[in-house]
Amino acid sequence: MKNAKDKDRLQVAKTYKLYLGGAFPRTESGRTIKVTDAKGNLLANACRASRKDCREAVVAARGACRGWAARSGYNRGQILYRAAEMLEGRSEQFTEELRSSGATSAQARREVAASVDRLVHYAGWADKYQQVFGTVNPVASSHFNFSLPEATGVVVIIASRDAPLLGLASMVAPAIAGGNTAVCLASESFPLSAITFGEVLHASDLPGGVVNLLTGQRDELIPPLSSHMDVNALVHVDLDDKERKQVEEDAALNLKRIIRRKPSNWFSDEVDGPYPILDLQEIKTTWHPIGQ
Amino acid sequence: MAKSRKKSPPPLQFKGAWDYAPAPESTDPVQLKDHYELFIDGQFVPASSGNAFPSVNPATEKSLATVSEASAKDVNRAVRAARKAYEGVWSKTKPAERGKYLFRIARLIQERSRELAILETMDGGKPIRESRDVDLPLVAAHFFHYAGWADKLDYAFPGKTTTPVGVAGQVIPWNFPLLMAAWKLAPALATGNTVVLKPAETTSLSILKLAEIIQDADLPPGVVNFVTGAGDTGAALVRHKGIDKVAFTGSTEVGKNIRKALAGTEKRFTLELGGKAANVIFEDAPIDQAVEGVINGIFFNQGHVCCAGSRLLLQESIADLFLRKLKDRMETLIVGDPLDKNTDIGAINSKEQLQTIKKYLRIGEKEGASLHQSSCPLPTKGYWCRPTLFLDVAQSHRVATEEIFGPVLSVLTFRTVDEAIQMANNVPYGLSGGVWTDKGSKIFRVGNELRAGVVWANTFNKFDPTSPFGGYKESGMGREGGLHGLLPYVELTRSAKGKR
Repeated sequence: MKNAKDKDRLQVAKTYKLYLGGAFPRTESGRTIKVTDAKGNLLANACRASRKDCREAVVAARGACRGWAARSGYNRGQILYRAAEMLEGRSEQFTEELRSSGATSAQARREVAASVDRLVHYAGWADKYQQVFGTVNPVASSHFNFSLPEATGVVVIIASRDAPLLGLASMVAPAIAGGNTAVCLASESFPLSAITFGEVLHASDLPGGVVNLLTGQRDELIPPLSSHMDVNALVHVDLDDKERKQVEEDAALNLKRIIRRKPSNWFSDEVDGPYPILDLQEIKTTWHPIGQ
Repeated sequence: MAKSRKKSPPPLQFKGAWDYAPAPESTDPVQLKDHYELFIDGQFVPASSGNAFPSVNPATEKSLATVSEASAKDVNRAVRAARKAYEGVWSKTKPAERGKYLFRIARLIQERSRELAILETMDGGKPIRESRDVDLPLVAAHFFHYAGWADKLDYAFPGKTTTPVGVAGQVIPWNFPLLMAAWKLAPALATGNTVVLKPAETTSLSILKLAEIIQDADLPPGVVNFVTGAGDTGAALVRHKGIDKVAFTGSTEVGKNIRKALAGTEKRFTLELGGKAANVIFEDAPIDQAVEGVINGIFFNQGHVCCAGSRLLLQESIADLFLRKLKDRMETLIVGDPLDKNTDIGAINSKEQLQTIKKYLRIGEKEGASLHQSSCPLPTKGYWCRPTLFLDVAQSHRVATEEIFGPVLSVLTFRTVDEAIQMANNVPYGLSGGVWTDKGSKIFRVGNELRAGVVWANTFNKFDPTSPFGGYKESGMGREGGLHGLLPYVELTRSAKGKR
């Protein structure tokens, strides 16, 4: 635990825990993983979450589902914008954390800035995608017929191996802007900025349980999430062929929607737009009678 | 008790009063060959194995014709024809011209609508009134709707341009053969894909008549191919390496198997699967109208409807009155010859399906629900099931959670709006739901909370080509119909306009 800046006093290091249901508990298993910097110095003993933590996270996410989806788009947008403000204000800390995981200062600053901008982008979408994807349908009978997107429900997000902050923010933002709740599995090698991102969300009036963050080993934690019967969708970006096949087979159990994001790079504005929101929406069509 | 002093009205007597003279539709417009072959690359061709199976009229148990059974080899041939047509012709055809082919097909269907309706009824068992007034008009309308989309795709998805997916492998069920074919073919062709489609083994004939129409329309060979057969043929199609997209309508069980089989591949897919829809009747509903809606919701097409309103949720305060009226109305339903224009409920589509329904009737009684059936006479030949109610049903009963796909309605009661919503959503399915109330605000409140892709308010089982249809949860993924129904058949790429 090297003292990065201050030579005269001992730095107070943070204990990195999980983010579950709006609280920061340790894993119930009591297990940890050593997270080191590029030189092998210990940065933290992060939690190595268990299958039970996964289940707890899904319960928390399910519990938050109805309330979050019922919030107005405007309100969800405000909260996402607040998260952008919080992230901007703590950009020093995030830059430092990303640097410790091997990024250069310039790379780290760029990633933090892009993450802030992505949150702002999706804050703006929260009350607009409904108009882009909703339709009034000119049916032949005397009905007012309309289709609107609705949140799919509980979404598992498997964060990218690279871009531990930007990748995660880019996957979380469209999910929650669209009224879903999320269980996120942080990058296995660089989990720290994900947990700190949880602190940002926590300080943004995001209701507990809307985003839950797990750290630990992918091969151990993906199966209980991909086979969970109360998970509605799973978003990933870089599962290898074997992992992807397994996850998609598990998805058959309850017909989870599996979304594979394919960004050429997370910094591109290709990643923006309402379509990642649409991926995690169900279209509901209502036939309302028209009187004589 | 004061309650017992109130006399319930005497039961209605229907004997004699409801005898209609037979009004059979003629089968003359339908000319059937003895044997039907596969439709591949614009031609009717024999199956490589030489195998064939009969297509049986479920109302008479007589074979109408035999149909070639496509093997994996034939499927391969069809996929290659579709690939060739995609690369050589269809992807290079101007969008507006693609649209004109579809308009042509729509017109030819309208022209031969009577013949197709009769055949649909002969081969599938559905009442002629339904195939004539519901199926066929919707089939033509669907082609018309998507025909117009072909050259307007740039307007459908803001910031994106569309390209076709490629070759689509489509598998459809036996409950609405031509209509399901239209739902699958029209958007696929309009967006520039080519197709290999497999109809259900009990209802191939109208699809092969559609092949004639496709020939008459001069659609380039290979753009549409039909392979007939049972589950093995379907499995060969969805697993074929040469297709880019799978579209399946059928049971959740088979849908899950398909999803599993596609795991790890690059194939896209949409699934339109089973349902166990709740038809929720509030005490302020227009009761007589709601009784009609419940009847239509579960007995339309013998209950062979994935979105059928197979669970009736009644507010307790009106349950007795509603059930009396419902039973009275059920007594008037005519079960019998599907070709008779008076028939309300036709033949169960196959012997196998009748056995499935009967199995559930036994399960329901064994679990403690009480069975009520109308007393109508049934023909001696053919596969029939009387309109059926299950009363005293608990939410945990299998007849309240599993799809029966027959004219069987499970009745449950509730007290509050919240309870109704909770019960309606308490199944793994989420295809459709019905809300009956005179209060517009309640329609929106309950409709909002139903986890289902289609919500019918004071109506049920309504369809329109402009209206997206498809499920939440285990009822599938993807939408068919309207603008949203284009999405499964296009790749979205960023348009130049989308650049900032």
